[in-house]
Amino acid sequence: MPAGTVIVGTGQAGFQAAASLRAEGYGAPITLVGEELHIPYQRPPLSKGFQLGQQDFESIVLRPENFYRDHGIRLITGTKVKAIHRAARRVELTSGARLPYEKLVLAVGARNRMLPVKGADLDGVVYLRSFDEAANLKARLIKAQQIVVVGGGFIGLEVASVARTLGKSVTVLEALPRLMSRAVAPIVSDFCQELHTSKGVKVLCGACVSEIVGSEGKARGVVLSDGSSYPADLVIVGIGVIPNVELALDAGLNVGNGIAVTEYLETSDADIFAIGDCAEHPCIFAGARIRLESVQNAADQAQCVAATIAGRRGRYQALPWFWTDQFDIKLQMAGISQGHDRMVTRGNPESRKLSVIYFRGERLIAIDSINRPLDHMIGRKLMASGAKITPEQAADENVDWRTLDPGASGHAGRQGTH
Amino acid sequence: MPKVTYVSANGDTKEIEVPAGMTVMAAALKNGIDGIVAECGGVCMCSTCHVFVDEKFFDRLPAAQDTEEAVLEIAAEERQPTSRLSCQIKVTDELDGLIVRLPLRQR
Repeated sequence: MPAGTVIVGTGQAGFQAAASLRAEGYGAPITLVGEELHIPYQRPPLSKGFQLGQQDFESIVLRPENFYRDHGIRLITGTKVKAIHRAARRVELTSGARLPYEKLVLAVGARNRMLPVKGADLDGVVYLRSFDEAANLKARLIKAQQIVVVGGGFIGLEVASVARTLGKSVTVLEALPRLMSRAVAPIVSDFCQELHTSKGVKVLCGACVSEIVGSEGKARGVVLSDGSSYPADLVIVGIGVIPNVELALDAGLNVGNGIAVTEYLETSDADIFAIGDCAEHPCIFAGARIRLESVQNAADQAQCVAATIAGRRGRYQALPWFWTDQFDIKLQMAGISQGHDRMVTRGNPESRKLSVIYFRGERLIAIDSINRPLDHMIGRKLMASGAKITPEQAADENVDWRTLDPGASGHAGRQGTH
Repeated sequence: MPKVTYVSANGDTKEIEVPAGMTVMAAALKNGIDGIVAECGGVCMCSTCHVFVDEKFFDRLPAAQDTEEAVLEIAAEERQPTSRLSCQIKVTDELDGLIVRLPLRQR
């Protein structure tokens, strides 16, 4: 029997790689192994509906348990991979067991960046990535009264919005001058800051945390570098993640800001692929090597690698997209706005319907949309096909983007085979 | 319990009992209907749970919201007059017997 494919990591990317391999008609064995104790589940609801009690574990599993059995996917949960023995083509588990592979997919994800200040180890300082962390947060949210969120990025703001919706006192501390500054334009940051403020969340930007203070081992407040302090009985930290590159590094694979892969998502060993949050890949839309943390990136890279392993080798060229839900607002993002030299808007913040459209030279490179879903979706189509659209057409609400020439020169839809 | 019939692109049919309140998408995943991918988990960000609703039932569904209408524009298999996202269709007793056809491709 052939050794087949071993996939390390049971998050969205790992799950999708296994599912897509079978959908591609791959007939060899598939083993999906990871540290998580649970069967693969979706992470996005953990900071949204799950906290509000609208979703439970059963409703966020990617597939029920019998899916794996029915599709001949051997799922090994709660098990860490200790080493990759490339010459022997085996991975070694911490249990000592060894799994042979023909193709190996690293979908090992990322881990939370820890707050590097005094008092960060106090009880009541929590993080959010896994289901268990989400369940812990949910239990603590019910009891907490004064919540400080450290980090004004997507996770921090989503959690702030659910905590406030649950009636808690909430303060968001962001070290940089504006919210979500890595991802969106100032006009979008300002809109979200006003949204949170209008709902009663206290938002401070340029707020550098210097210490978590506490008593009897419990967090009681957060102190900033200017000496000001904010009482808290729950401190939620969302200050980004660190890609899990150690396994790849120990195996001698090239590593940059993540496990380095080619346009085919191959690592420096052509039998080993890396996908999802852990993979630093060349992105045709960014025109640079980037690492993305999103469902889209995980699922599309998994699909691409599955096709390659199943014999339909293809470059990764899917358009990045992302979303965040904060209070009653859905912010949808497509493309990569970094490196833009021109920006126009469609709609306006006052109407709570706004799209920000980014250009580099004459090329449309990204769109952020607040409550303008059609702009987002048609924008995705236009960017994926390399359609021509001028900033004037982009900004003019009387221009229906669906009537624009879809273009054909650019990039093949979600991903092409070459 | 209301029943929903899924008709795959090649004509295979599968009838499933679905508790009222569950979506047509969630019931498909729970029961191993492979033609539904549901990549975004049911939040109108992808089009991979696209279905064609049988004409007899289409008008009985609550109208699609703007977010769903927008997503149908990017469906891998082009939308038809009775296209919907199955994540937005909640099964009710009134919809007993609902028939949905699955597109050939979702991605």
